[in-house]
Formats: sequence, C-alpha cells, structure tokens
Amino acid sequence: MNAVEVRDVVVRYDDFTALDDVSFDLREGEAIGIVGPNGSGKSTLLKTIAGLLVPADGAVAVFGQGPRALAPGSIAYVPQVEAVDWSFPATVRDVVSMGRFPRLSPWQVFGKSDRAAVQAALEAVHMDALADRHIANLSGGQQQRAFVARAIAQQPRLLLLDEPTTGVDHATEEALRTVVRSLVAGGLPVLMTTHDLDRVDAWFDRLLVLDRRVLALGTPHDVAESGAYASIREHTHVHGHMRHDR
Amino acid sequence: MNLDALFAPFHYDFMQRAFVAALCVGLLCSAMGTYVILRKLSFIGDGIAHASFAGIVIAYLRGIDYYVGAAIVAVVTAVGIGFVHRRGKISLDTTIGVLFTGTFALGVFLMSRQRSYAVDLQSFLFGDILSVQRGDLWLVLGLSVAIALAVIVLFRPLLYTSFDPVVAQASGIRAGVVEYALLVMLALTIIVSLQSVGIILVAALLVTPAAAAYQLTSRFAPMMWLSAAFGAFCTVGGLYLSYYLRSSSGATIVLLATALFFVTLGIKWLRAVLARSRPLAAR
Repeated sequence: MNAVEVRDVVVRYDDFTALDDVSFDLREGEAIGIVGPNGSGKSTLLKTIAGLLVPADGAVAVFGQGPRALAPGSIAYVPQVEAVDWSFPATVRDVVSMGRFPRLSPWQVFGKSDRAAVQAALEAVHMDALADRHIANLSGGQQQRAFVARAIAQQPRLLLLDEPTTGVDHATEEALRTVVRSLVAGGLPVLMTTHDLDRVDAWFDRLLVLDRRVLALGTPHDVAESGAYASIREHTHVHGHMRHDR
Repeated sequence: MNLDALFAPFHYDFMQRAFVAALCVGLLCSAMGTYVILRKLSFIGDGIAHASFAGIVIAYLRGIDYYVGAAIVAVVTAVGIGFVHRRGKISLDTTIGVLFTGTFALGVFLMSRQRSYAVDLQSFLFGDILSVQRGDLWLVLGLSVAIALAVIVLFRPLLYTSFDPVVAQASGIRAGVVEYALLVMLALTIIVSLQSVGIILVAALLVTPAAAAYQLTSRFAPMMWLSAAFGAFCTVGGLYLSYYLRSSSGATIVLLATALFFVTLGIKWLRAVLARSRPLAAR
C-alpha cells in the first residue's frame, strides 16, 4: 500500500484553480520534494493531503483512508509560516509536548514515554539546550526547529513539511536534513516543499515539479535531465526566495 | 475593630450563600478567562451575557425559570456565533457584534411591549449576589463542577487549538468540535455568573483576572492557576469589601479586579526595569 495516493485532485479558492488534476503516489520510506514557482500550489497540495482543504474533485488517500478518517496523530504537518501568537505562555518544551497530545486520551497522563519522545525530538533538532526558553525568545531558525521537533515528537505515520529550510542557516538546514533522512530510512514517508534546487539530491528520493499541474515526477537526476524545472530554476533566481505562496 | 466585627459578614445565611457563590464564580470565570485571553475572545463574554438577556425576558414572560431561559438563549447564541463564523467565513468579532446586539435588542423589544415595568430584571443587569437562594447555589455548584470536568477532559485539545489550531487539526484534533465545546462552556459560565455580577459586569471577570495572571506568568498551566486564584480573591474580597462599604457587590468585585490588573502590570514593569539594570550592577 502506498502511504499517499493523490488522484486527479482539483482544489479551488473561489474562482482560482490552485491545483488542477494532480495525481501521484508517495511510498513508505520515501521522501518526495515538491518544487515549483511562486503560487504553483505547493502549500495547497500539502494542506489538501493534511485534510485541511477538501478537493473540489478527485481524491486523497493516506494509508488507504481519507486524511480526516485517520487515527489522531497520524499526520504531522509543519506549515511554512507559523501564524501563532509568539507571546503565548509556552516554552519550547511545552510546544514540542503538544505533538504528543493527539494520541493521548483525556484520562491518560503525560507519561514517561511521552517525555522521552519529547526529549528525543528536542535532541534530534539540537534544541535540547533551549528547551526551557520561552518561544518569544527564539530566532527564526530556532522557531522552525521547535516546530519540526513537535512534528517528530508526534511520531506520525506521514510527515508534511512546508519549506522548513526557508530562512534558516546552513547548520540548521544540515541538522534538519540529517533528521529527516534518518526518519525516512526508518520507513517514514515524507513530503516536503522547497525552493532550494541546489540540494535536492541530498534531501529527496524523488522530485515532483508542480505548477498547478504535475510537470514532472522522478529522481532528482532524471528530472534535472528532462529540463522540466529549468524554467523554475530561472524563476527562482529571478525572484529570489519564494515565500508566502499558498 | 475586634475579631467579631471582622467575621460579621459571615454571620448571615444569605452572606454565607453569597460567599460560596462568589468563590465558584471567581474560580470558574477566571479559569475560563485564560482561554478567552489567549484566543482573543474578550468580546465574547459581553456578547453572550447580553444575548442571555433575551432569554431572561422570554422566561419572565412565559413564567419559567430565568436560568433556563438565559441558558438556552446563551448556548444557542454561542453555537450560532461559532456556526456563522465558520460557515460564513466572517470574523469572530463581527459575528459576535451582530448576534449579541440582535439578541439583546430582542430582549429590550419584548420587555418594552410589557405594560407593567419588570423591576426584577434589573438585578440581572447589575447582579444581586445577596439574593442567591439555596436552589440557586446548587445550580451554581452543579454547573461549576460540570464545566471544571469539561476543562479537564478537553484540557490538551483546548490548549493545542488555542496555540496552533491549524496544525492541531492536521494532527487529527477536531478543532471545530473543540471550539463549539468552548463556546458552550463559556455560555454556561456566564449563566452561572449572571446572578452574582450581572450581565454588564460578567465580561470583566472573564478577562481581567486572566489578563492580570498573563502579566506574571510565561507558561499556560501556571497562568490558569494564578488566574483562578486572582478571580477567587477578587470575588470573595470584593463581596467582603462591599459589605463594609455598603456598595454594589458586582461593581466592587470588578473594581478590585481592575486594581489588581494594574498592580500586576506595575510588577511586570518593575521586573523589566530590574532585569535591565542588572548587567549595569554587575559591571
């Protein structure tokens, strides 16, 4: 069984068609990178697979079920721009602990295994030293790592990352890549959007080139050979960082 | 003043009932206030309280229990606010503004068509904690326990969706259900508080103690505990003061809470100043 099956998916925002007839599969233990120009529907695709958006047409199956029908805790999603209130009364550890919440029933205590999962996630992204810091006192890269740690602590069956490397330094990016690759090696399927086309070989098993439609899907090498993202590379360099696309 | 005079307010049955009601209302409103502050729902206490006025008037006209009427209209309005907000994609502010003025106007409209002026409706506007009867007290206690249980059961989903509703929903938490539950819990909290502090002032108890606690804490659970403690202090202390000052209990409670808020704000500023001067002292 594929981890994710996307079939003929169409997503519209009012009159605007954000995704048009998108189909692909994600296998277990595989990382697919989604690249495409600004407004190409990368974030929309992740949100649809996360069950946050409902396709106007077509279907998404995650482990054979609709995303909303899965057991709580199955999907971990790290959005591109965290629209949270940074003055919320919470430390880094508090935020990462939230990753455990979906699995816990109301009467279950936050136990030893939960604390261990939180600690392991903090260490994986090198945030254990900052665990007791208030979230308002973090740099952008540290905030990003805290949210990735929350997703890891959740121990999901599917991980969705929306441009986690935007605005982080090289060391942070390397730390994130190491974590993600080790999770993938352990069998976790990962879907991640990125604008950094130079490092796709090191990150992903396959690459999906998206511009509202699937332009190409294959190994980073094959996709590069096909020239499918030549236009995107140009686009990226002309427009710099592609942030805030939906 | 001797010790007897200090305990004088506690000698009367009606005062004892009032103190128990004040304690419940203080704990409940200010604990729920933590969610009100962090989800930026300050307007909602006002909204639901005003909406419940229509329920009270309808109950008065029909000769049924005021609480039942108020509770039905408050819960319906709260759920209606959630529904219009989610389905209509209209901001929560706007939705509350439209629905609460509408239902409040309905109450005024119905009352204005009565020939005899309903004096006892006044006590719901400004609260009349000294008139709390034994039956009222059981209702306050029962609903308080029910809402406290709901907070325990929904503690983690409420916390997660208050902080990050989108990611919480993606991870399988039903953010919509949690939001409706919170609105119903808020509606019932307001109903419990109506007799004690009244429609006009109940919003203050939902906001001020939690806002004061927010100045002094940087983690969620301590904020909730501190807020509850502040709330209990203000309602019990305010009621006590009002006995000696011969003042309106609802107004005294709210003024004490307001004063407490400015004290915590002062402490926060003082802390910031001290923290800034520390490196200088170390030099």
